[in-house]
Amino acid sequence: MAPKVVLVTGCSRFLGGHLAARFAANPDVDRVLGVDTEPPPRDLLRRMGRAEFVRADIRNPLIAKVIATAHVDTVVHASVTANPAGPSGRTVMKEMNVIGTMQLLAACQKSPHVRKLVVKSTSAVYGSSSRDPAVFTEDMGPKDLPSSGYAKDAVEVEGYVRGFARRRPDVDVTTLRFTNFIGPRIDTVLTRYFALPVVPTVLGYDARVQLLHSEDALAVLERATLHDLPGVFNVGGDGVLLLSQAIRRAGKLPLPVPTAAVPTVGRLFRSARLVDFSPDQMRFLNWGRVVDTTLLKREFGFTPRWTTQQAFDDYVSGRGMRPLIDPELLTSVERTVLDAAAKLR
Amino acid sequence: MAEARVIPLHAPGRRAKLTGVPAEPEQAAPEAPPSEWEERLAGVLAFLRRRVQGDYEVDEFGFDPDLTDHVLMPPLKPLYEKWFRVETIGLHNVPATGGALLVANHSGTLPLDATMTAYGIRAEHPAHRHLRMLGADLVFKTPVLGALARKSGQTLACNPDAERLLRSGELVGVWPEGFKGIGKPFKDRYKLQRFGRGGFVSAALKTGVPIIPCSIVGAEEIYPKIGDIKALARLFGFPYFPVTPFFPLLGPLGAIPLPSKWYIEFGEPIRTDVHGEGAADDPMLVFNLTDQVRETIQQTLYRLLTQRRNVFLG
Repeated sequence: MAPKVVLVTGCSRFLGGHLAARFAANPDVDRVLGVDTEPPPRDLLRRMGRAEFVRADIRNPLIAKVIATAHVDTVVHASVTANPAGPSGRTVMKEMNVIGTMQLLAACQKSPHVRKLVVKSTSAVYGSSSRDPAVFTEDMGPKDLPSSGYAKDAVEVEGYVRGFARRRPDVDVTTLRFTNFIGPRIDTVLTRYFALPVVPTVLGYDARVQLLHSEDALAVLERATLHDLPGVFNVGGDGVLLLSQAIRRAGKLPLPVPTAAVPTVGRLFRSARLVDFSPDQMRFLNWGRVVDTTLLKREFGFTPRWTTQQAFDDYVSGRGMRPLIDPELLTSVERTVLDAAAKLR
Repeated sequence: MAEARVIPLHAPGRRAKLTGVPAEPEQAAPEAPPSEWEERLAGVLAFLRRRVQGDYEVDEFGFDPDLTDHVLMPPLKPLYEKWFRVETIGLHNVPATGGALLVANHSGTLPLDATMTAYGIRAEHPAHRHLRMLGADLVFKTPVLGALARKSGQTLACNPDAERLLRSGELVGVWPEGFKGIGKPFKDRYKLQRFGRGGFVSAALKTGVPIIPCSIVGAEEIYPKIGDIKALARLFGFPYFPVTPFFPLLGPLGAIPLPSKWYIEFGEPIRTDVHGEGAADDPMLVFNLTDQVRETIQQTLYRLLTQRRNVFLG
């Protein structure tokens, strides 16, 4: 059954904003409310059309009033994020993620109209270590619980969501564990990372990276909202890229950093406002992470349109990245050598 | 016909043909077909181009067949053929398609036995299968080694990974003795150690794939481990720090393995799909099967040893 009134949190960011725009374009949805602490950028606002923007902090009990008075029946919690606003934004980010979720869930629990909750979570909840199985299924847990950063936030958020589902069994709760997003339009820690002129990696490690095209992410969130598909689902593109391979495909130079120097280099990049990597994301660069998406395809009924490799290539071409060595040059060198060899015969 | 000869030369790098200039220079010399070294050069160049552009596929375990076949496997050839002169017996017992679990004895201080088995199956088996091996977590924790292990098709020895590989029809290799087997003292050679907790048997039972017992003779003698420096092992975080007659006495020279003559025998497959549903949850059955596999390997080892006249000459 299609929802009547949808509330989307984090609507000033890419996912929340475009999601609100999609619902606004859907005639079955009566009303779309977008919530965020700051107004969306102008181009995003234009896309959002008839969606209404509510400037509110989900950490504030005011959100309960919004949900109750607007008779919101479906809440899409898309504001849990790994991208801090600035060098000092990590504490704020944690507050937004964890306290915000608590407040939002409390508001949902109070409102009798709410009958569906969609939560954007992350596959970071599985952690990342050498002792992990190669592929995570939904029923697996992390080997050692993430001790800080976004992964810990996500674990806590999921904990609160489970608590909410227990207290309100009449609400359909869909938790989506996304892999890292990539795409020409989205801005994440990872897209900034690959855009660096030289890309620092951890010496002696090569992470397996699974990516999801941002358009696929939107489609999954939209499907979860418009249909009744309760449960926990891993969401990621098919296939895997090795970090070294991805860097080559992006036409960048890797800069291997010894493990001991990784925190220092991380701080350096952070204070230079290039990329803000939290320790759990650095661990991700060591080991990587791959999730099983069988459940997504079979029960959720969605197959990502882009594979990991295609999504990454779309990002590379969309951002206008040029390979380090021109492919034409490579093939011509190859031909020259072979022709010379043929003459030697 | 001349053109038909040109095409296979560039087959691995089809893009070259699409974007490059038409193959006119070749048409000018239509006679002799490209010699063997030219084809090899073309292969190397195409490989290098793929690597520079990141134009290759890895699977979800991080297995990179392109790298394995072109970089990691070739250096093993002289070791396999000339140094250890490995002889494989019963290779027909390894199925050409579908999932199968190869279980072998472990020895030799360094896991050369696993490497040689993988090379042997890739090079000599009619289907040229890749052996996907299950490794200890220490391997994957170690920088460089861990990344290389994943790229060569290995993954962590745990049931989810084993079952996933077997279900997708891969040939999986496991050395259930682990460090107890590979690091045992020389005096205990060819005495099988405990076979873990039988996790590999339950993985095979759950997926219904055959178990192929594999007995390796010769690997015990490559580094005769006569001592163990516990303090150094603790310092480096190794499970043991071996002392052989030549290591660490001769330094790096002592790291050269002794040229023993090897035999790798693949035994008759043991079926696991006849035990019905829920068999993996029957601990008694798991123990019995584990014992059966262990006994088969041990008996084969004894038989091969009685047939062997000399450690180095075979």
